[in-house]
Amino acid sequence: MAGVAGGNDFQWCFSQVKGAIDEDVAEADIISTVEFNHSGEFLATGDKGGRVVIFQHEQEVHFCKNRPHLRGEYNVYSTFQSHEPEFDYLKSLEIEEKINKIRWLPQQNSAHFLLSTNDKTIKLWKISERDKRAEGYNLKDEDGRLRDPFRITSLRVPVLMPMDLMVEASPRRVFANAHTYHINSISVNSDHQTYLSADDLRINLWHLEITDRSFNIVDIKPANMEELTEVITAAECQPNQCNVFVYSSSKGTIRLCDMRAAALCDRHTKFFEEPEDPSSRSFFSEIISSISDVKFSHSGRYMMTRDYLSVKVWDLNMENRPVETYQVHEYLRSKLCSLYENDCIFDKFECCWNGSDSAIMTGSYNNFFRMFDRNTRKDITLEASRESSKPRGTLKPRKVSTGGKRKKDEISVDSLDFNKKILHTAWHPKENVIAVAATNNLYIFQDKIN
Amino acid sequence: MFPKGTKRKFSDSGDEPAAGGEDVNQPSSVAVRMLSSYSLQRQSLLDMSLIKLQLCHMLVEPNLCRSVLIANTVRQIQEEMTQDGTWQIMTQALSAANAAAQCSADRLVATEVLCRQTEATQGEQVLKPFPAVGSEGCPAEEEVVVEEEGEGGVTMSTVSPQAPTSYLPGTFGMDPCWEEENGEDEEEDEDSEECGSGSEEGDSDRLVEDSRTAEQVFGTFEIKNPAPSPDPALEELFSDVDASYYDLDTVLTGMQSAPKMGPYDLLESLSSHGPSPLSSSTSCRSDLNELDHIMEIIVGS
Repeated sequence: MAGVAGGNDFQWCFSQVKGAIDEDVAEADIISTVEFNHSGEFLATGDKGGRVVIFQHEQEVHFCKNRPHLRGEYNVYSTFQSHEPEFDYLKSLEIEEKINKIRWLPQQNSAHFLLSTNDKTIKLWKISERDKRAEGYNLKDEDGRLRDPFRITSLRVPVLMPMDLMVEASPRRVFANAHTYHINSISVNSDHQTYLSADDLRINLWHLEITDRSFNIVDIKPANMEELTEVITAAECQPNQCNVFVYSSSKGTIRLCDMRAAALCDRHTKFFEEPEDPSSRSFFSEIISSISDVKFSHSGRYMMTRDYLSVKVWDLNMENRPVETYQVHEYLRSKLCSLYENDCIFDKFECCWNGSDSAIMTGSYNNFFRMFDRNTRKDITLEASRESSKPRGTLKPRKVSTGGKRKKDEISVDSLDFNKKILHTAWHPKENVIAVAATNNLYIFQDKIN
Repeated sequence: MFPKGTKRKFSDSGDEPAAGGEDVNQPSSVAVRMLSSYSLQRQSLLDMSLIKLQLCHMLVEPNLCRSVLIANTVRQIQEEMTQDGTWQIMTQALSAANAAAQCSADRLVATEVLCRQTEATQGEQVLKPFPAVGSEGCPAEEEVVVEEEGEGGVTMSTVSPQAPTSYLPGTFGMDPCWEEENGEDEEEDEDSEECGSGSEEGDSDRLVEDSRTAEQVFGTFEIKNPAPSPDPALEELFSDVDASYYDLDTVLTGMQSAPKMGPYDLLESLSSHGPSPLSSSTSCRSDLNELDHIMEIIVGS
């Protein structure tokens, strides 16, 4: 797979944008999660209103220099309301319908399955196509009315007739009442039979077929809530080993657990933590070290963590420090007090790998997102905005000026719009196609091979 | 209180704690200004954090991760302030100010955290109207230094090993303990301000009664509604009431608390600097009398 930035043979260009153009963004339309399925044919988004929208890649084959390239657009395939707002009568609190995470199951038949979760409940959805319809029933008319049995004088065999494609989404399982705290992660295991769900203090292991029980595999709730100083922020199953998973904490640590060791994995097998640099210690050190996302590489050998200012790549065989660290927006380090005041310091950015694990991507403010090439060590900052998006137009790299002098195309730190944050991004598992969620808009960018 | 010429600002450049520390030994004015500038920034950060922790008027459960991170920040500041002695100065200054208000200085020590009181101290003969909000399910971890209380001073000289953990704010909203705190905070606050003076009873009698019923009350809370904003109608009724947490704490009395100050003590002190402490003290008694009334509303009996 081609590299990320620079080079004469690789550039990112705008492909599509989904969502309303209005300046006034309805809260319910804010995208809260983006996920490609395993083949990349489908792209699912969840929003704060509890809806899931699935896009399908309509493949077109273009020939460029006598080589076939898959091009095409992502068009809406299915839309459904996954979660509704609920009210917890015991605590007198609302349960938001916002979709926190969507995870696709590997495809096993013609239907597609995905897990979607809000703060409390996980649902398994089946999305299936129907393009045939049976006609010629004996007991009912074409419009569905029951026929008078006395009128039936002969039997016929119903015939399957083609019909307009209809995509149906139906909830097949509802996994509820297992989490006291807010669910932040779900992850499908490599055995394709189980998955884990993590909230602030506990991680549960489910079987996809069983909804009334789940195993609690991690519990960090202290006996006395006063002693609580650390919460779970993300968790993921290792992609190759069905017994291994990791979870990150608000103190910037990652614990790797092996489910073979014990039923309750409170004791970690590996503990990943980078020693703190004493010279940069401040009151905000802990907050900015809190890990907002953890993702295994496709190979399973590495994992990537996102904290407030950086992305780190860890080798699972080395616990004492990451093997690579990339600064996402170091210019914010001197602004931490303001960012604490306006709560931006608590924003949870996600990160993702490309299909070959050679590049990583994560979001920032002002609708900027950053990509890092692990091989060439080059990085690029791009913007997801209507202004920068001309059809098939190449994206221009952006730069934030930190010093006094601001060059022509640069933007100064104080001009950044902290309300325009890119928290959710996804990279196609096979192609150089990326999906970037900017508030209520979904941008799709593709590579352009010259 | 602050040296002249020091401009207070939400500056971002004060992130490094080492900025002012190294010049401590040199009594130059520059060093002093740097130090006080750092102290100011630290103080404003503390104030900001406390306010963030308190602002949970949400219908949705507050974000636990955010609350924990803010609480840890508060604790960190508090530890640092304890180490350089600023903490003692502040608590003594505040307690002196409040001692003038005819209330026991110990009342200051407050909500610091739900579970400050221990079973042992509940049996104390001298029941002072400690504003700490206790909760059944959370036994206090540290010993209450009762002797020092009698001297009328609030001391924080010894920070027990458990002290850092003891002033987690009651905004986590997850555990029944926390939820109770929230529920009481908001609602009783408003109720106490709104209710006029009922029949006055002996202060100590009321207190004794309260301490006995407090457990039952908090026990009830675990079952009943512990929400931050339970009844929209009630809220509307009291929407223009000034939420003075200081009042709240004197109302929810009967619980002993340790003499150590926590983040909520500071918050009360901050908020009580605005409104006169005197007015809140005089309303103490009537508020105490209204405790039953408030409980009735909440419990819905």
